[in-house]
Amino acid sequence: MTTLLAQTETIGNPVANIGIFSLFVVVTMIVVIRASKRNATADEFFTGGRGFSGPQNGIAIAGDYLSAASFLGIAGAIAVYGYDGFLYSIGFLVAWLVALLLVAELLRNTGRFTMADVLSFRLKQRPVRLAAATNTLTVSLFYLLAQMAGAGGLVALLLDINSRTGQSVVIAVVGVLMIVYVLVGGMKGTTWVQIIKAVLLIAGAGFMTVMVLAKFGMNFSEILGSAQSAISGSTTTGVAGRDVLAPGAQYGGSLTSQINFISLAIALVLGTAGLPHVLMRFYTVPTAKEARRSVVWAIALIGAFYLFTLVLGYGAAALVGPDRILGAAGGVNSAAPLLAFELGGVVLLGVISAVAFATILAVVAGLTITASASFAHDIYASVMKSHKVTEAEQVRVSRITAVVLGVLAIGLGILANGQNIAFLVALAFAVAAAANLPTIIYSLYWRRFNTRGALWSMYGGLISTIVLIVFSPAVSGSKTAMIPGADFAWFPLANPGIVSIPLAFILGIVGTLTSPDDEDPKVAAEMEVRSLTGIGAEKAVAH
Amino acid sequence: MSETDLPIRPEAISGERYLEVQASPEFQELRTRLRRFVFPMTAVFLVWYAVYVLLGAFATGFMGTKVWGDINVGLIIGLGQFLSTFLITGLYVRFANRELDPRAAAIRTQLESEIR
Repeated sequence: MTTLLAQTETIGNPVANIGIFSLFVVVTMIVVIRASKRNATADEFFTGGRGFSGPQNGIAIAGDYLSAASFLGIAGAIAVYGYDGFLYSIGFLVAWLVALLLVAELLRNTGRFTMADVLSFRLKQRPVRLAAATNTLTVSLFYLLAQMAGAGGLVALLLDINSRTGQSVVIAVVGVLMIVYVLVGGMKGTTWVQIIKAVLLIAGAGFMTVMVLAKFGMNFSEILGSAQSAISGSTTTGVAGRDVLAPGAQYGGSLTSQINFISLAIALVLGTAGLPHVLMRFYTVPTAKEARRSVVWAIALIGAFYLFTLVLGYGAAALVGPDRILGAAGGVNSAAPLLAFELGGVVLLGVISAVAFATILAVVAGLTITASASFAHDIYASVMKSHKVTEAEQVRVSRITAVVLGVLAIGLGILANGQNIAFLVALAFAVAAAANLPTIIYSLYWRRFNTRGALWSMYGGLISTIVLIVFSPAVSGSKTAMIPGADFAWFPLANPGIVSIPLAFILGIVGTLTSPDDEDPKVAAEMEVRSLTGIGAEKAVAH
Repeated sequence: MSETDLPIRPEAISGERYLEVQASPEFQELRTRLRRFVFPMTAVFLVWYAVYVLLGAFATGFMGTKVWGDINVGLIIGLGQFLSTFLITGLYVRFANRELDPRAAAIRTQLESEIR
């Protein structure tokens, strides 16, 4: 992305942006310190003592889910490609029905700290836990990398820092802040950061939506018309010919790109219920009913937010125009901030910029606590030490892991700064859908499912997704690839989901049916009874 | 937090007892009701989503048909996905509150009373 380093128009006042962001950091830090006086036990550190209510957790889930990629990325995609950007948000939203109907409550009732708790419940502990933890760490790392790499472009736009060194310093600051949140706050602290950030983000987007609508006399059709005429008047090559009100501007054309789009749609709708940092949030509530309420709140907030981005995206096309968006530092991602400046000047831009930073910070904190909990609880305590460790030691290992992950994320984020990050997010969803979801569904609903089925499905899904991505046009062999100079691509699609997700489901069935049914029926009965009734996971009724 | 507020330890119930509960008509009823709701509903929203994605990929002309002002079929079907998601969420919550929660609570209370 050479545009990052080019001299571009500066918008707003970087000092105001930094000031508002610093205020956010100070306020959340105070809340985190106050909220996390007791973080001694593993329950406190990993689940916030299961003390959050459904609505609180639902807002935090929305905070975890509405990452910088989905806020800046979707608004920008709608502004420049129109309808095709809207398609993303629909996949991201419908995906929540999979989580609500099939996964959330049963998972909440069966597990304790991590996804692996559920997957290994009635299967062979060590191999299944190791596989589940490997997938958790892989998905979290890809997601983390995408967020950190995105921070670089955002810095260029919002803080007017265009040198590579300056951007690296800011990425490092984001990483250090994240480590502090996780170490001090644990799950309780990070949940509060998510709640504050989600409220700011959704309120900010809602406020901007009302302002855009007011400018067009509350007539959405008029916004669409102006957006289309602004696109048609563009002087950037390839933009003016786009029909932004119908699908096809980004994914139309050839059969390959249409299949690529379908593949992405499958990964989006099936990936959410396999994202470990989303699944872990269900453990922060006391009952299955609260887990249900939290998903309902999340669906309402996320749905409303995506409706806002529809107005904001088309509004940015109409009011800012595609040429200014594409010419700004940060390119497509700058649509929402530029619109904020257009609508509310320096102050609104400062607020939206601060919220965008807070978004990156909060999401990476949520990812880090998930990954470090999985390492400490699944790999260290179960696989390496055969459960012969105290809970205090698990927390200690988890804190060390969080620091290591934070340092790793800073390093990788600096290296990946300016890379095409969209495929990292798509990859995280594809891995989650292929490697995690089949085993989650089978172990909750299919009594015959066994260890070999789980291992084949989890490793098969993980390996096939990554291999297909490595040999796809996203990594080599095209102008927008990660390594544009090389060409070792033989798989035609940038999104591997259409192959790897069905493959992982089939591998789960084949693996199960080719090995003897040697699982203990008593443990299977315990898992089913616990998952449906919540016995052992809910507070006892007072007698 | 007093002792009675804590969840009971699941190990306090024997494997044999879990097998009995699993085989009991009350538990089978709960299990069947859950599955009879969530499986068909999942099929419905996945098929509806697939129809939408396929139209978006292959029927762009149809999706671009103007209905009212600049609002076209694609936008209406897209917003329809939002509506159906909210609707299915509401239906599930009502179903779970009425049909699942009381049955789950009855089985749980029975098991808890056996060990306290």
